Amino acid sequence: MAKIEVENLYKIFGPHPKRALEAVRKGATKAEVMDKLKHGVGVNNASFQVEEGEIVVVMGLSGSGKSTLVRCINRLIEPTAGSVHIDGQDVTKLDDKGLRELRLSKLGMVFQNFALFPHRTVVDNAAYGLEIKGVDQATRRQKALESLELVGLTGWEDSLPGQLSGGMQQRVGLARALALDADILLMDEAFSALDPLIRSDMQDELINLQEQMHKTILFISHDLDEAIKLGDRIVLMKDGAIVQIGTAEDILTHPANDYVERFVENVDITKVLTADSVMKKAKALGYINSDGPRASLRKMKIAGISSLFVIDKGHQLKGIVYAEDCSEAASRGERDIKSILKTDLKTVQADTPAMDIINLLHDLPYPLAVVDDMNRIKGVINRGALLGAIAERGVN
Amino acid sequence: MIEIPRIPLGQGIEALIEWLVDHFAFATKAFSKVMETGLTALQSALQFMPPWLFIIIAAALTWWLTRKRGVTLLTLFGLALVWNMELWAATTSTIALVIISTLVAILIGVPVGILAAMYKPVDKTVTPILDVMQTMPAFVYLIPAIPFFGLGKVAAIFSTVVFAVPPAIRLTSLGIKQVPRELVECAEAFGSNRWQRLIKLELPLATPTIMAGVNQTVMLALSMVVIAAMIGAKGLGGEVWKAIQRLEMGNGFEAGIGIVIVAMILDRVLQKVGSRKNGK
Ligand SMILES: Nc1ncnc2c1ncn2[C@@H]1O[C@H](COP(=O)(O)OP(=O)(O)OP(=O)(O)O)[C@@H](O)[C@H]1O
Ligand SMILES: [Mg+2]
Repeated sequence: MAKIEVENLYKIFGPHPKRALEAVRKGATKAEVMDKLKHGVGVNNASFQVEEGEIVVVMGLSGSGKSTLVRCINRLIEPTAGSVHIDGQDVTKLDDKGLRELRLSKLGMVFQNFALFPHRTVVDNAAYGLEIKGVDQATRRQKALESLELVGLTGWEDSLPGQLSGGMQQRVGLARALALDADILLMDEAFSALDPLIRSDMQDELINLQEQMHKTILFISHDLDEAIKLGDRIVLMKDGAIVQIGTAEDILTHPANDYVERFVENVDITKVLTADSVMKKAKALGYINSDGPRASLRKMKIAGISSLFVIDKGHQLKGIVYAEDCSEAASRGERDIKSILKTDLKTVQADTPAMDIINLLHDLPYPLAVVDDMNRIKGVINRGALLGAIAERGVN
Repeated sequence: MIEIPRIPLGQGIEALIEWLVDHFAFATKAFSKVMETGLTALQSALQFMPPWLFIIIAAALTWWLTRKRGVTLLTLFGLALVWNMELWAATTSTIALVIISTLVAILIGVPVGILAAMYKPVDKTVTPILDVMQTMPAFVYLIPAIPFFGLGKVAAIFSTVVFAVPPAIRLTSLGIKQVPRELVECAEAFGSNRWQRLIKLELPLATPTIMAGVNQTVMLALSMVVIAAMIGAKGLGGEVWKAIQRLEMGNGFEAGIGIVIVAMILDRVLQKVGSRKNGK
């Protein structure tokens, strides 16, 4: 069972949604409904699921219904038709009390403009949900402080939100949702109001936090780069309807229609993605002066690799050795790897674009080393890492 | 020529008031009782105090509230001048009336404002009434006060409250409605019920606006208390009224200056308090 299941959800804005709903069900477009019936279509027959522990990013242009969709899930907006199930429970059928309990137990929310209460201190903001829940003063302060620590705001607890920068305010917003200890986070353009550098930091931090927390996250964004970076899957919306659901790779490689294609073509991955954003730390390195064939073999075995980059004491890249050469040299009784060292290596710089890397990697039997100006090794790139980066982290 | 019958609007209103007077005597009696008790207590407290003590306390209070030397000196010398003009009893009587009327107006206005912000139907009923109330000349409020309470201070309080209550209602309601939508959504998303949303979010954020409403209410109350001298409010307004009837220009002006002094002190102090709240 999926954590969140949205089925045939509609939201029509206006005084008499019934007739407009009929029209939309019969295929009328958002513009037609607006022209003829003077009703707004917020969400049009949306169905999708979010699995436990997954980050799903809902993406679309301004006015495509993202905020409306996410608000239908915790019923800040009442859906006109359709159902939303959370852990199998139909949210649309809950009464007021049940709804409030659900919001407090399962649905933390983070808002675009932070929505911090200006008259409350940081810690009191973070503790708001717990306060409503009826948790006693000492416990809720404790929990709020813990979640503030999680987002790196220890020491700011007694400040007022107005004294904090935008990035810090949004951390408070995040801490407030985390303090509830809800399984689900609804994040409506949570990072959109932040400037690009801080925004990127916050994205990294969310990814880190998610590794520890395994929340189910529904993240709204109008930015494809952000969606690719954060989303396990992406839901693309247009005029209230869902036009495509899939992984970043699906959407980049098989756009469902022109709309998606136009969305996607704005992202020039190969230009934005560079060596340093996809490289990994080398799992093992050999030292030219101290490691013999046996030691090298052992290092490769532990790391589960079949070739080893060799460096000197100053971290300068000297070459590479292969496992089979090492074992032959070892059986010949050699104590040195200099004789089997291959020195005609292909290397790239940190800012080499992904396109060139793909071409280089294509017919290379070993991973690609990333080096700096002094030929010191910075990291390695193998085919898996590159594809992985495109698929899950994408543009950095 | 066709004769259009005159619509008996005045008669209708008269009949309505008579009916109200007959059927709500218990309420008007209770109101009178409470007001008279409160007013007597407050007035005797103010008059029991030697004027110099009152002036020092008032100046100290002004300093504490505003931290402004000018306003504090205004309070000090202004009230001293009033004392010197032998208007002390009239002034304290006026101040007592303003205080009581303002309290009642706030006690009615703030809750009604809250209800208007919370419930559309209340808002729809209250708004047109307030519109009419605020365009009606102040004198008109004196008329119904008399059948209900007779001539005297209670009638003065009644018409003052009616005259001074609109800004308290309006600005309370406005302050609550002005709370940003995202904050309201946030309160809801975190499980608050309507009451919690009001107490924990809306009222704190509306406080500066509500305070602005209170300022206006106080100033309106002062102006009305002066006018209400015509129906027996006495005080500074009464002095002016007496002077007019006897054509004593000097006395009239002195009482007028007394009113201006009280008004200026109240205005400056309240403005300062309001802006300090706003600045936070
Ligand atoms: N309260 C409302 N009353 C009427 N129409 C509304 C209301 N809220 C949203 N809409 C309409 O519903 C549509 C979807 O709006 P929504 O706010 O969900 O878009 P969005 O994708 O979140 O856009 P943005 O990126 O600008 O936040 C829009 O056409 C909007 O005009
Ligand atoms: Mg939105």
